[in-house]
Amino acid sequence: MKFIDEFRDPAAVRALVEKIRRDAGDPPMRLMEVCGTHTASIARSGLRSLLSGAVSLVSGPGCPVCVTPDGYVDAAIALGHKPGITLTSFGDMLRVPGKRSTLEKERAKGIDVRVVYSPLDAVALAAAEPDREIVFLGVGFETTAPAIGGAIRTASDRKLKNFSVLPSVRTIPEAMAILARDPEIRIEGFLCPGHVSVVIGTQPYEELASKHHIPCVVCGFEPLDILLAVSMLLRQKKEGAARVENAYPRGVAPEGNRKAREVIAEVFAPCDTGWRGIGVIPGSGLRISDRYAAFDAERKHGVPVIFAMEDTPCRCGDVLKGKILPPECPLFGKACVPEEPVGPCMVSTEGTCAAYYKYGGGLR
Amino acid sequence: MTAGKASATDRILLSHGEGGKRTRELIGTVISRYFSNPVLAPFFDSGLLGRIDGEIAFTTDGHVVSPAFFPGGDIGRLAVCGTVNDLAVCGARGIAISCGLVLEEGLPIETLERALAAMRDAAAEAGVLVACGDTKVVEKGKGDGIFITTAGVGVMVDGWRPSPEAVRPGDRILLTGTMGDHYVAVLVARQRLSLSAPVLSDVAPVGGMILPLLERFGSRVRFMRDPTRGGVGVTLNEMASSAKARFVLDEERLPVRESVRGVCEILGFDPLYLANEGKALLIVDPSAAEDALAALREHPLGREAAIVGTVEEGAPGVRMRTLAGGLRAVDYPVGDQLPRIC
Amino acid sequence: MCLAIPAKVLSIEGDNAMIELGGTQREASLMLLEGVSVGDWVIVHAGFAIEKLSEEDAAQTFALLKEIMESGSDEVH
Repeated sequence: MKFIDEFRDPAAVRALVEKIRRDAGDPPMRLMEVCGTHTASIARSGLRSLLSGAVSLVSGPGCPVCVTPDGYVDAAIALGHKPGITLTSFGDMLRVPGKRSTLEKERAKGIDVRVVYSPLDAVALAAAEPDREIVFLGVGFETTAPAIGGAIRTASDRKLKNFSVLPSVRTIPEAMAILARDPEIRIEGFLCPGHVSVVIGTQPYEELASKHHIPCVVCGFEPLDILLAVSMLLRQKKEGAARVENAYPRGVAPEGNRKAREVIAEVFAPCDTGWRGIGVIPGSGLRISDRYAAFDAERKHGVPVIFAMEDTPCRCGDVLKGKILPPECPLFGKACVPEEPVGPCMVSTEGTCAAYYKYGGGLR
Repeated sequence: MTAGKASATDRILLSHGEGGKRTRELIGTVISRYFSNPVLAPFFDSGLLGRIDGEIAFTTDGHVVSPAFFPGGDIGRLAVCGTVNDLAVCGARGIAISCGLVLEEGLPIETLERALAAMRDAAAEAGVLVACGDTKVVEKGKGDGIFITTAGVGVMVDGWRPSPEAVRPGDRILLTGTMGDHYVAVLVARQRLSLSAPVLSDVAPVGGMILPLLERFGSRVRFMRDPTRGGVGVTLNEMASSAKARFVLDEERLPVRESVRGVCEILGFDPLYLANEGKALLIVDPSAAEDALAALREHPLGREAAIVGTVEEGAPGVRMRTLAGGLRAVDYPVGDQLPRIC
Repeated sequence: MCLAIPAKVLSIEGDNAMIELGGTQREASLMLLEGVSVGDWVIVHAGFAIEKLSEEDAAQTFALLKEIMESGSDEVH
């Protein structure tokens, strides 16, 4: 397939892996793949086994499902139990544990949850079923925020009264800055999230490079993209440099997508928000702006999302911060498995724990 | 469209399932027009199959699919193929199947007839008799139009038995064609995700393709399974645990249709875990693997057959040598795959 | 976090496009992207086209690869 298969070419992958192994230092450079799709792609393509010993890849907080607090799931469930409400969601959210239950389990008890591919499908559903209140579970980062915003704007233009969004939208650079400042984490290079960067461009990473002296390379999602970005980070280390580079030029323009950012600016407003396992990060969230308050499910239906740090032996927080690898958590593979996840990192396909469990972390 | 007296109504009524006059009418004027053979015809309480020479295999399978009609097949064809394929992968040629219908009140009789016609055609294709049947009707809202349960009896290829315990390192893993066609055809037909893709279900009876291999290669074909629900990924995991063996797949060799890949890329699905209804997985001694592959490819259902992996030394389970040259685990998925953003 | 795929634009009607990947088609919104024409390749996420793809930009990746593969190779031999 065009723009896919060229970037999976086995011969090129092999050559690049050899090159990385030759250039790798000792101890291995400690890199963080911020984005969960990177985590999943690395695991699925077996890159972790190819790179083991050459670079140390730790996974960051870049899976929106994983960092969505359990209070959000609880609020969604509470909404779903109100009469007349239909919840719509990306498939990822269905098995995410709240404090006591999941949307999948509550669906079996009778709440109406429908999986959609696009937020616009939820708007179409609202138009088709005017007697139901359609609530979209708007989870995502900067990549998805414009799509959620676009859906809200569409519903507003169409004057739909029965559509609202329960937002759980976060922005990545603020979280990366927190991780960069944490001396325990010791990140030596960031693989920056490619599709977030499609929207925000490369500029937001400049401070990480200049202030924290951490090399940053924007990275695509095919095996060659990831290996290229790893090589570029190794090269920066060798040079003693810390700059922002773009290994995903076919997707990411340095200035990002202005139109998408305009939609975000119109529909959302920045706020402080809690990240599951990490805590509240100032300015890292997007709430629905007052202009579109009528489409904010939290305000419309009076179901607040309450954030509290969980009291649990689950170490997803440390996994999300790259402090430990999943097998170092006492629950991993025992009390916490994909069928009955304790922590969110085990839920999403791109959750770090799930990727480790499913594809085998340091597999021989 | 509907025949004779039953057409006093053109929809299924509760009374069609109550054993009285309408039940007789439905059987006499509708069902018997599709299934007419000497075993079924007398409508005894059992189909009398007579003496059967050989070892007997017996299986059952319930069929629910929404929508009941989809590109490449329908619930009737599925109900026949599901059962005869379960026989075939155990080395048995199907002789007779049963047909248990659970119909929802209000189902158009024309829809029932389409499903019956498909069953008739698939049974002829697979060479089995529909030997007995039963019809029940549930109230409107308590079923999904039509459910079909079939049980099947078959005779084993002489001297052959599935032998997972005979699997050895070096054995080859053969897959008879592309992955995920059935699942994707049904998913697209559901129209909930507004996708369109030129994909036909692969639903077909596989006995004609795989049973001759048993006659020719005997126990060099160790054992076989059909990768239905859960797809190749789940079925291979089950096979690996029954064989207590380590299967290593070659990603490069796994056949996937371009349009199925397209759907998978869009929704974030893995074709390894998507259902098939006309495929088989075979574990074959290396000395027979190439010839078995050639024979499969000569059959119309096996043109895209491939040797997709090897049995290797090591802890039991399934691994995959990826396109990139890495190695990873292939595990059981949790439930159905759902379209995802991440 | 963000699964997005390259797809070709088959037709455009207002703010909506029909996009295609490997023979599979779906509608996608063009609300977030300017200047899209039929025949363009775009990156689609959650039903929205979020960026255009071009052959030249793809070639840049291969140029970067070439540059990386050639860098520091003298130390090896």
